[in-house]
Amino acid sequence: MIANRYRLPSSPFRSDGLHQRRKWEERAVKAILLLLALVSVLTTLGIIYVLFQETVLFFRQVSFAQFFLDTRWTPLFLSKRFGIWPLVNGTVLVATGAMMVALPLGLLAAIFMSEFANERVRRILKPFLEVLAGVPTVVYGYFALTFITPILRAIFPQTQIFNAASAAIAMGFMILPMVASLSEDALYAVPNSLREAAYALGATRWEVATQVVVPAALSGIAAAFILAISRAVGETMIVAIAAGQQPKLTLNPLESIETMTAYIVQVSLGDTPHGTLEYQTIFAVGMMLFLMTLGMNVASHLLARRFREVYE
Amino acid sequence: MTTDDGRRTTDHRPQTTNYGRQAVRAGWGVAPTFEPNLPRRKVMGMVWEGVALLAILLGIAMLLTLLVKVFVDGLPYLRPQLFTEFPSRFPDKAGLRSALQGSIWLMVMTALLSFPLGVGAGIYLEEFAPKNALTRFIEINVANLAGVPSIIYGLLGLGLFVRGLGLGRSLLAGVLTMTLVILPIIIVSTREALRAVPASIREAALALGASRWEMVRDHVLVYSMGGILTGMILALSRAIGETAPLITIGALTYIAFDLRGPLDIFTVLPIQIFNWVSMPQEAFHRLAAAGIIVLLALLLTMNALAIWLRNRLQKRW
Repeated sequence: MIANRYRLPSSPFRSDGLHQRRKWEERAVKAILLLLALVSVLTTLGIIYVLFQETVLFFRQVSFAQFFLDTRWTPLFLSKRFGIWPLVNGTVLVATGAMMVALPLGLLAAIFMSEFANERVRRILKPFLEVLAGVPTVVYGYFALTFITPILRAIFPQTQIFNAASAAIAMGFMILPMVASLSEDALYAVPNSLREAAYALGATRWEVATQVVVPAALSGIAAAFILAISRAVGETMIVAIAAGQQPKLTLNPLESIETMTAYIVQVSLGDTPHGTLEYQTIFAVGMMLFLMTLGMNVASHLLARRFREVYE
Repeated sequence: MTTDDGRRTTDHRPQTTNYGRQAVRAGWGVAPTFEPNLPRRKVMGMVWEGVALLAILLGIAMLLTLLVKVFVDGLPYLRPQLFTEFPSRFPDKAGLRSALQGSIWLMVMTALLSFPLGVGAGIYLEEFAPKNALTRFIEINVANLAGVPSIIYGLLGLGLFVRGLGLGRSLLAGVLTMTLVILPIIIVSTREALRAVPASIREAALALGASRWEMVRDHVLVYSMGGILTGMILALSRAIGETAPLITIGALTYIAFDLRGPLDIFTVLPIQIFNWVSMPQEAFHRLAAAGIIVLLALLLTMNALAIWLRNRLQKRW
């Protein structure tokens, strides 16, 4: 960036041949680095291509009406039905539950870290949250199945072994640090002059935090929330372990359900031959998942940019 | 601003500064009613601050419970056979040998492949890229890839590497897939590390007649290597905990022979743990817990290494 502004003088200490060689080396390096950077673009194109290709094959055999209007998802049974809604229902149910844990706790944690905690307390608490975020998801799945589920079953005896609630709670705690950290960044960016003005008007610490700082950082917090939802929708291992494999339309979190991601895992674990309709279903489901998370990521990005308050 | 009968009035404040505009738009941030009782407000504030602290402590309590639970469950199975034996139908004979081999191979190969790719792309975007549409497109693209669920990468790997390139369910297919998963993380952390090097270093190098690449190679990279390596290790620790994309490309759970090369079929620690968790028998759950202890120990070691590197190599300006 900086170097753009300078024209390199041809050095008097180098022979012309060497100078030429350096110029070529410079160009070659730049071209190679550009190619490396383009790998990420190729990745996106690859994702779209692979998903699109198999999804097209899928929709040659299954109509849009069957996919979007049916209420049963049984592609692995003899009587095949291809209604996507039970999987979407399971995904939304678990994600909603996870957000009921992650959003309030994450925002409160962010407010505490940004507004109340002094440097020493922050330095003690922060690593814990980082570890919480770094634990592999398969570990959360284990925890949900062997710890949270038994507790739920003790409280609500009708709870099934595999259930949405248990996965949702574990997922909520997994996503909490992400909500906390992104929201904290947003709160932190609010300039002190706003806080000082509120204090000068006689507000208490909590009032300053909730009635001045949080509203001023609202777009950043909303962007963080949307990213968290997107993360919950795409999360795989916790639901594959703890939420079950029964796609159904239900709002009862104590029942066994199946999410879109868990379905992809279920099919992948079996030995589904390439080219069959079962094989293509995971790409159709994957396409749906990709579009949902992409939509949310773009929304989050736009929200953070569109409403970013510029403070000097 | 609210009138007595609750109607919102127009905001008459001068609009020279734009902060808080959206707050007002949201109807928030303007106290709906004024509570004159100061002691009461202070007490309420302290109560709520306590609640906020409690939210963090709840998260930490959850983490500690998880760790204690895993250790209590897994400790009896944390014995030498866990590392020397292959998986088995009998919990007492089962071990992580093939999974450990797979994880280590996967990590090393992914590191070798993703380091040049990610760091190169980061260098390009930070040091060489002109401000044009292509650069913006690449940047948006990287940001977006970071938000794509990992299982989608698994589908990409399945379609492209397993089927398209005909690599089958091999370690190599897994490495390529995992490289793409962690690439955005490496690119972002590399750019941050490069950005931390002050402009004066660059200007000094250029003033002495270095070309752009010489400046980057001999000065900027040297100073930012600590940050780049830290980001690299953190990305790899994400890679060894990642399960979903490898299941999707068809990494197997039951492998009873040593891994010999990149074209062999393979399994990794988290997949073996997943397999054991999925078993109905209690003994396998305990094996899974033992596997989790190994996985967490590995992650902890890598994180400690990253912190050590950061403290040792990072330069404060």
